Amino acid sequence: MSEKELGKKWDRCLADSAIKLGTGLGLGIVFSVLFFKRHTWPISFGSGVGLGMAYANCQNDLRSHYLQHRRQSVFI
Amino acid sequence: MGKSIEQKLTFIHRCTASGAIWGSVSSVSASLEESLTSSAKATLQAIGAQEAALQAITRHTLKLKEAMEAEEKSAQWKDLEAALADRTGAVNDAETALSKANEALDSLKSVIDKSKGLKVSAVRPLVLAAEENLHNMVVDLDKVVTKVHSAESEAKIVSQYSELVNEAKQQFQREVSSLTPEIQANWKGLTGKLSSDDLNALIAHAHRRIDQLNRELAEQRVREQIHIDAALEQQKLEDQKALEKAVSTALQHIKEEARLEQERKLSELREVMEAEMRTQLRRQAAAHTDHVRDVLKVQEQELRVDAEQVLSSKMLEQETRYRQLSQEQLDNFTLDMNTAYARLKGMEEAIDSHVVAEEEARKAHQLWLSVEALNYTLKTANADIPTVPLEGAAQAVRDSCHDSDFALALSSALPEESLHRGVYSEASLRARFNSLRSLARRVALIDESHNSLYQYFLSYLQAALLFEEKQEAPPAQLCSEDLDPFKLLSYASYCLEHGDLELAAKLVNQLRGEARRVVEDWLTEARLTLETRQVVSLLSAYANAVGLGTTQAP
Repeated sequence: MSEKELGKKWDRCLADSAIKLGTGLGLGIVFSVLFFKRHTWPISFGSGVGLGMAYANCQNDLRSHYLQHRRQSVFI
Repeated sequence: MGKSIEQKLTFIHRCTASGAIWGSVSSVSASLEESLTSSAKATLQAIGAQEAALQAITRHTLKLKEAMEAEEKSAQWKDLEAALADRTGAVNDAETALSKANEALDSLKSVIDKSKGLKVSAVRPLVLAAEENLHNMVVDLDKVVTKVHSAESEAKIVSQYSELVNEAKQQFQREVSSLTPEIQANWKGLTGKLSSDDLNALIAHAHRRIDQLNRELAEQRVREQIHIDAALEQQKLEDQKALEKAVSTALQHIKEEARLEQERKLSELREVMEAEMRTQLRRQAAAHTDHVRDVLKVQEQELRVDAEQVLSSKMLEQETRYRQLSQEQLDNFTLDMNTAYARLKGMEEAIDSHVVAEEEARKAHQLWLSVEALNYTLKTANADIPTVPLEGAAQAVRDSCHDSDFALALSSALPEESLHRGVYSEASLRARFNSLRSLARRVALIDESHNSLYQYFLSYLQAALLFEEKQEAPPAQLCSEDLDPFKLLSYASYCLEHGDLELAAKLVNQLRGEARRVVEDWLTEARLTLETRQVVSLLSAYANAVGLGTTQAP
């Protein structure tokens, strides 16, 4: 069903963004805790990275149909 | 002799027994036999008597000789007398028997003559045999008679001699007795009792007697020749007589024999002749039968040919008539058969055409039924479940429309998806559209060029803020303004609400971009449903048309 595709996409997107955000945050927290003496910038950096990755992924996923992938043409 | 007669009798018996039995022949043969037997008996008797006589004579002669030579004894004389008596008796018997035999033979001869007088050929051998027998009997009888005569003559001589001797003896006795009367007859044994005188007288008498005898002897010697001549003459005469007699009898016998021989030869010859004649006649008869047979054969051939001709002509006639009749019959029959066949053909054709029409009607009916079934299957769709796969119904339709290309084409035009998966009902599509509409509204701004997340956000915002008519009647022609997704969606909703899936699909088809992508599936489903419905309606129309065409007004 084509109408469910969008919903699936959004699901993936959200899931992915949650994961990335969370992972970023987590990593940021970790890094901040471990390496950066509890500075908040790794956390925001990490979450920002996560968010950004998620956004990019989501966008990519949503426009995947419109993007033409290079196909390997076969020469006869 | 007797044996031969017996043999001949048996021969005659056989002849008469085996000869042909005709009245006269049998009587003749019977009479012949009778006389033959009687004569044979008589002859046998005569011969027997004659032989007995002969024997008696010889005995008597012998006895006489003995008596002569021996001493005179009274016993011997008695024997002699007995023998003489015997002889006389035998001779008498012989004579009577002879006469009887002669009588019988004469009667036989007469019978034979009588039978010869009848002139019956079959009797001849019997007659011949009887004659031969007669002759033989006569011959035997004569022989015996001659023997008896010779014996008698001998006896006569001996008796004469004995008489002479007796006479001499008696004379001597008389002389002796005259001389010596006291001496008895039996003087030979009494020599001692005689005296010397008697002896001297006796001697003198003896001397005188001797002288006398000498004188007689001399005389006798002188007259010897004369006596001998006389005796010879006498003998000659007697001999001649005897000879004549013998000759005559012999002649007679021989004549008889010759005659018999002749008769026998004649009969033999006659038999031979008869046999030959019979063979010749037989030959002739055979020749005649052969000739007759040949003639008959020829005649038979001719007659057969004629008869066959007649038969063949009649047969031909009958054949032609028969053939004619049968041909007529055959023609009539053929005619009848042809008419019947024509009628049958007509009936068959009518029935066939009827059958064809019926078949057509049936097929049309079937087609209609299958199409109805197909139609019905379309209704089996529930809320969100598609119909049952239309494969079965489509197959039924295909089966029931073998000969209709149109129907076949139509049935093959059914889309694969509908066949295998079934189609969705309009209601479900409608429902689905309602849920799709909001989604399509939300992604109205997204297309190839505008598809970032920001655009998504904007699009969502637009959808939230823009309000359009839920349902709007679509215009007859779409202008460029109407190509706005919201408008299109409202038009489509209106159409769907009013059951016009086709127009709705058309309108939805005008969506572009992401909205289009979103409603793609719905569109395909709608298309599928529309296609199926179209095909089914066409089939139904066709079935109806065909059904109408084939049903006949009563």
